[in-house]
Amino acid sequence: MHIIESGNVAAATGVKLSRAQVIAAYPITPQTPLTEKLSEFVESQELDAQYIPVESEHSAMAVCIAASTAGARAFTATSANGLLYMNEQLHWAVGARLPVVMCVANRGIGAPWTVWNDQQDSMSQRDVGWIQLYANDHQQIIDSVIKAFRLAQSVSIPVMVCYDGYLLSHTYMPFELPGQEQVDAFLPSFTPEHFLNPDEPGNFNTVTLPDTRAGVDGTVEPGYIEIRHNLHEDLRGALEVYGDIDAEYEKGCGRGGTPFIEQYRCDDAECVAVAIGSLSYQLRDVIDILREEGLRVGVMSVQMYRPFPDGAIVEALAGRKSVIVFEKALSYGNQGPLYADIKAALYSRGDRPPIQNYILGLGGREIKTSQLLDALKESCSAIEAFDDTPRWIGLKL
Amino acid sequence: MAHRDFCKMISRSKPGPGDGGKTGSWRVLRPILHTEKCIPVKAGKKACFNCWLYCPDCVVTKTIPPTIDLEYCKGCGICAEECPADAIDMVAEDTFSTEEK
Amino acid sequence: MAEKTTIVNLTEEEFVHPGNRACSGCGLSIVYRMGLKALGKNTILVVPPSCLTVLQGLYPVASTRLPCVNVTFASTGAAASGVRGAMKALNKNDVNVVAWAGDGGTGDIGIQALSGACERGEEIIYICYDNEAYMNTGVQRSGTTPQGVLTTTTPIHGKLQTKKDVPAIIAAHGIDYVATASAAYPVDFYDKVKKATTITGPKYIHVLTPCPPGWGFETRYTIKVGKLAVETGLFDLYEIDKGEFRLTGASKKLLGKERKPVSEYFKTQGRFKSLNGDIVDTVQRQVDAKWQAYALESA
Repeated sequence: MHIIESGNVAAATGVKLSRAQVIAAYPITPQTPLTEKLSEFVESQELDAQYIPVESEHSAMAVCIAASTAGARAFTATSANGLLYMNEQLHWAVGARLPVVMCVANRGIGAPWTVWNDQQDSMSQRDVGWIQLYANDHQQIIDSVIKAFRLAQSVSIPVMVCYDGYLLSHTYMPFELPGQEQVDAFLPSFTPEHFLNPDEPGNFNTVTLPDTRAGVDGTVEPGYIEIRHNLHEDLRGALEVYGDIDAEYEKGCGRGGTPFIEQYRCDDAECVAVAIGSLSYQLRDVIDILREEGLRVGVMSVQMYRPFPDGAIVEALAGRKSVIVFEKALSYGNQGPLYADIKAALYSRGDRPPIQNYILGLGGREIKTSQLLDALKESCSAIEAFDDTPRWIGLKL
Repeated sequence: MAHRDFCKMISRSKPGPGDGGKTGSWRVLRPILHTEKCIPVKAGKKACFNCWLYCPDCVVTKTIPPTIDLEYCKGCGICAEECPADAIDMVAEDTFSTEEK
Repeated sequence: MAEKTTIVNLTEEEFVHPGNRACSGCGLSIVYRMGLKALGKNTILVVPPSCLTVLQGLYPVASTRLPCVNVTFASTGAAASGVRGAMKALNKNDVNVVAWAGDGGTGDIGIQALSGACERGEEIIYICYDNEAYMNTGVQRSGTTPQGVLTTTTPIHGKLQTKKDVPAIIAAHGIDYVATASAAYPVDFYDKVKKATTITGPKYIHVLTPCPPGWGFETRYTIKVGKLAVETGLFDLYEIDKGEFRLTGASKKLLGKERKPVSEYFKTQGRFKSLNGDIVDTVQRQVDAKWQAYALESA
C-alpha cells in the first residue's frame, strides 16, 4: 500500500510496525512531528507501547538504556543539540551493548542557534560506536528503521537512522507501507541473553578494572579494554550481518540491495561524486545534465556510515579518474569526516583516485543545483588542482 | 546468516562475598563478645540483637549467642558501642597471635 | 493490622554480601542492608555513581544479591522510569523498581531527572542516602552539605550556603509519599521502605547516613552521631503521607520535650571544627523556631 506522508511520519510508522515497547520522547525541531505521531499511535492504541514524555534528551536515552537493559524494545528520536545533550548516554548505550534504535532528524548544531539541516550532529558522533544508517528518501527512512531494529538485536549494538531535517523530515513523498505481517515475520520479538531479572540477579556496568579479574567462581573475566575490543570486533562483524539482513528484507518486499552504498550511473563513470542523504539524490540531476554534455560522471551515496563499509567503498571508487566528496559536516580544524574516511580507506591502493572535498549547506544554506553543477564540472576538468584543503560552496563573503 | 557469536563480553557482575577481599584484614580492633553478659544468652531466648541490627557488614549472626565472622568484620566497633549490656570489647588486633588470627 | 516491626522479628535474610568495599562503620551500609530487607527479592535497583557503586562492587563481583543497573550520574530518575516502562511493557507489574542515589546524585546533578519522574507520577521508589557531601569522590561539598562544614572544596571557611531541603522540593511535586529517615533508626527506615512498596506512584525517602571519614568521627560512633542529629532536632524523622505531615519515631517523641543543644552534635565531628559561634547560634534559633512551629501544628 502506497501512502503520501512526511519523512517524520515515515519514521514513526516504521517504529510502530517494529512494535517498539518503550518510547522516550522529548521534542526538538525538526524531529517533533515524529514524536507527536508516536504519541497519537500510542494514545489511539494502534501501538501498544509505554510512551514516556521525559524532561530532557539525556533522560530520553536514560529511559531507553534502562528499558533495554530490562528487556524491552526501546526507541527515541532527536536532532542536533538534543543528540549532543545525550552524548554521554550514547557512549553508555554502546558500551552496555544495548539494541536501542534512535532516529536523528539531521540539523545543524549551535552556537549560533540554527534549526536548519546539516549533518554535523550525527557525524560528530561517528566515533561513539553507534551503527549509523543514512536515508536518502522516505522509503529508505521507513525501511531503514525496521532493518535497524533487526540489526540492533542481532549484534547487540544500538543503531541510529539519520535523515535530513526539513528536506526529508518535513517534505511529503509517496512510499510503500510495509505490511505488519511482513514486519512481524522479519522482526520477531526477542529476549536478550542478559537482562534485569530478579530470578537471576546481576549488576550491569559497574566499575570495571583496567586489568582482568577473577569472579566469584574463580573464572577470570575480561577488563575494560577486552569489552571494548569485543564491541569493535562486533561492529566490524555487523557489516556482514547487515548485508544479510538487507538481502532478507529485499526478498520479503522487493526493496533494498544497497545496504552500504547506492550508486547512480557509476558503472562507467570516470568521476564519481559522493554524498550522504538527500544531497545525493539532488546530485543525480547534476549527473544527468553532465552526462548529456558527454561527461562520464556518477554519484554514490553512503547508506551505512558506521561501521565504515570500506570494502564497498574501495570497490566502488578505486581506479576512478577522480572522486568528489560533498559534505554537510566538517571535522573542524581538519577536513570533512567522510572525505577523510574515504581517503584513508583508499590510501594503500595503488589505483587510489585523486579526491577533493567540498563543504556546503551548513546551517541549512540552500544548495543550488547550479552550484553543484559548477563544482563538479570544475573538478572533473582540473583534477591536478585537487588538494587536501576542503573547498566551500555557497559562501557569501 | 552471520557466522560470529555477537556480544560475548559485557560488564555484568555476579553476586558473591569478598569483593573487597578478606576485609577482616582492615581491622585494627577486634570485637570480642563476652557471652555471659549477652542479653539473649542470659534470657535464653531471642532478644536485643542490637549488634546484628547495626552491623554495617552483616557479619553478625542472629543466634544465641551472636557470632562474628572475622574473615569480613572490618572492626568498626559499632556493635560494641551499641550493645546495651557492654558485652562486646574492642581489643587491639595485634594482641592476637598468628594462630588466633 | 500488620505486626509491629521489631529487631527480633526482622528477617534474617541478607541481600548484601559481606567483604564489600564500603568504609568501616559506613552509615549507608546499615541503611542499604535494611532497605533491601524491606524490598525483598522481587526488586530491580537503579544506581548512579556514588558510594553505593563502590559498595556494590567492581566487575565481575557484585555485593548485592538483587539485579541492578548502573547508570550515569544525572539520569537516575529517568533510568528508574525506563525500568518501570519495561516492566509495564513486559507485564511484570509486581516488581519493585527502586533507585538508590546519593545526595549529589539526587539534589544536584540528578534533580532534573527526579523532578521529571515525580511529575510524571512514575511507579518508583527513590531512596536518597544523604551523607552531606560528594563522599565517593573524596568529600567535596554538595547542595545538602550544611552551613559551615569543612569539605575538600570548602577547606578553610567551611560551606557558606545552607543545606538544600531536598525532601521539601520533592514534596512540592505533590507525590503521595515523602519521608525522611536515619541510619541511626534502621527499624523506622525499614518500616518506611516497606510502606513505600504498598503505595502507588512515586515515593521518596531521604535518609541521613553518617559518614566516619567524611564527617570526621571514629567509626564506632556512627549510630550515636546519627541519633544526636535527631535528638538535637536538627534532622527530623517525618512522613508526608498524601500531603499530611507527621513526625515519626524518635522525632515524634521529641515533641514537647527538651532537645539537646545543637552544639553537642557539632562537637562530635571534625567537619564542624571551624564552625563559628554565630552559625551555631543561628542554627539553634532556626531549630527552636522549627520545633515551635511543630508544637503549634500538633496542638
